[in-house]
Amino acid sequence: MRRGRGTPEVNAGSMADIAFLLLIFFLVTTTIDTDKGIAIRLPPMPEENQPENDIRIKERNVLKVLVNANDQLLVNGELLSVKDLKRRTKEFIDNPRKDPNLSESPTKAIISLKNDRGTSYNIYITVHNELKAAYNELREAKAMGDFGKSFDKLNESQQNEIKDYYRQVISEAEPENVAGA
Amino acid sequence: MKLQKKKKPSPAISTSSLPDIVFMLLFFFMVTTVLRETDLKVTVVVPQATEIQKLEKKSLVSYIYIGSPTESYRGKFGTAPRIQLNDAFASPNQVVEFIEKERAARAEAEVPLMTTSIKADKEAKMGIVTDVKQELRKCNALKLNYSSSKRAEVYN
Repeated sequence: MRRGRGTPEVNAGSMADIAFLLLIFFLVTTTIDTDKGIAIRLPPMPEENQPENDIRIKERNVLKVLVNANDQLLVNGELLSVKDLKRRTKEFIDNPRKDPNLSESPTKAIISLKNDRGTSYNIYITVHNELKAAYNELREAKAMGDFGKSFDKLNESQQNEIKDYYRQVISEAEPENVAGA
Repeated sequence: MKLQKKKKPSPAISTSSLPDIVFMLLFFFMVTTVLRETDLKVTVVVPQATEIQKLEKKSLVSYIYIGSPTESYRGKFGTAPRIQLNDAFASPNQVVEFIEKERAARAEAEVPLMTTSIKADKEAKMGIVTDVKQELRKCNALKLNYSSSKRAEVYN
């Protein structure tokens, strides 16, 4: 442990300054923004000369959501505020009162979303968000009812069981160009 | 006895561990930092949503920006929303090429895990977003993320 007399100790007093300088540089340049957003999966492009498969779906199983260029919502032919969309969607999917106009069962429910080229991106995201929220809330409620646990805390097979029951099917049609945007 | 030693006048606080602490912080920031690789030429204020998920692997995400050009580019490009890929303005038909390049830069096994994140301004119209979506479908880049920020209020 004894040091030779010839080598004096290196002065480490300025080490802190150097480190601070570097630290401040990284503090300034850093961006800790994890990107967040609504994840969706696009349908694959239909292959050319693919025979058009004509799947018939009962009208009652489809919730038609139309958004026009003025950001107004038409849900199954009925003008609706975006704030009521989630409630309406949940009602449609679950159909607790067995309304003959709403979906037969949650597994058969399909949401068809159509917007105009002039629709604002903001309302489009809001609509997507509300539809997703409707499914998430229903899944959460079922998780609580069936397993007595929050959906996030279930194991994978239980989650899949619920996901199969409340299968999220949002079909997006090609937008129409009405407003000429 | 050890207790008697404490009667001495209190010594100066040792700062010799300060560099260590600072270095620790430094390493933390060095590891978490992501140097901004693209200069934004469009203004983007992402819409707000409640059902948002975090994007997992940052290195596998390609970004497409849509918004109206920033002030310095307005004279040249006007105020209508435009697409920005990497560092340049682009037209929708350049999206395929962009995705191909992004794919070429990754290992083949990672390609199916790649996500495209659309960072579009909330004032943008769906027309331009749809064009991008169609292009993404063409090159089979189906994992998509609409970048949005957290909204506190929930509609009931």
